[in-house]
Amino acid sequence: MEYDYEIQGGDFSSAGFASSHLKKILKQIGIEPKLIKRIVIALYEAEVNIVAHAYEGRIHVEIEPGQIRLEIQDRGPGIEDIEQAMEDGYSTASEEVREMGFGAGMGLSNIKNNSDDLEITSTVNEGTELTIIKKFK
Amino acid sequence: MTNSTQHLVMPMTIEEIARITNSRILCGEDVHPRITRAFASDLMSDVLTLETDHTLLITGLANVQALRTAEMSDISCILFARNKRVTEDMVRLARENEMVIMQTSYSVFYTSGLLYEAGIKPIF
Repeated sequence: MEYDYEIQGGDFSSAGFASSHLKKILKQIGIEPKLIKRIVIALYEAEVNIVAHAYEGRIHVEIEPGQIRLEIQDRGPGIEDIEQAMEDGYSTASEEVREMGFGAGMGLSNIKNNSDDLEITSTVNEGTELTIIKKFK
Repeated sequence: MTNSTQHLVMPMTIEEIARITNSRILCGEDVHPRITRAFASDLMSDVLTLETDHTLLITGLANVQALRTAEMSDISCILFARNKRVTEDMVRLARENEMVIMQTSYSVFYTSGLLYEAGIKPIF
């Protein structure tokens, strides 16, 4: 099964739409609740990152036998130093993002904690791509 | 013999929580979550790192993202403190996901203190 979502940068009211939709699908196909929580939290963090930092983004979800693959691609400023961005507490988020309850520099490490495999590639002034894999067992 | 009752936490209903914290229940009267623990935060990033169930979220951050954060975190009950305005969009989202929204004029600190005194446990 495959699903695609588009996200507008800066549009905080829509962050969470993809994760919410995916959560309902995973429930329907009988994935274990604790696993669903990990998957949707990883995706939600990624959605918030797009809204907070990028101009626009796309999410491609592939539910395969035994695992789920989430590909998150954005057009935006990119990440200069991925290792630094993975550190808890490092953030370039705006004041507006912080007022929304985010921007504490915890997103990427929380995505990593909730996934079995996380790959990040980024080009400054072009964008960032995340591939998240979570196994169903 | 070990004293197991020492660790037994009695789940609280939303009506009890509302009475203790002088809250209004804005939606979810028919959801009936069993609350044993609470977490108080205005930082949703911290909420997203929690691994516990049956948690009440006490917050002064009233926006749609607080609802989304709760939805992803399997938190079915949010108590907005400091009389923060709860919008129709927030209520709609809560109804859609079978969540309870409560609202009190008390501060996060006072709300938390009252519930702690009444037996609600911290997560850590």
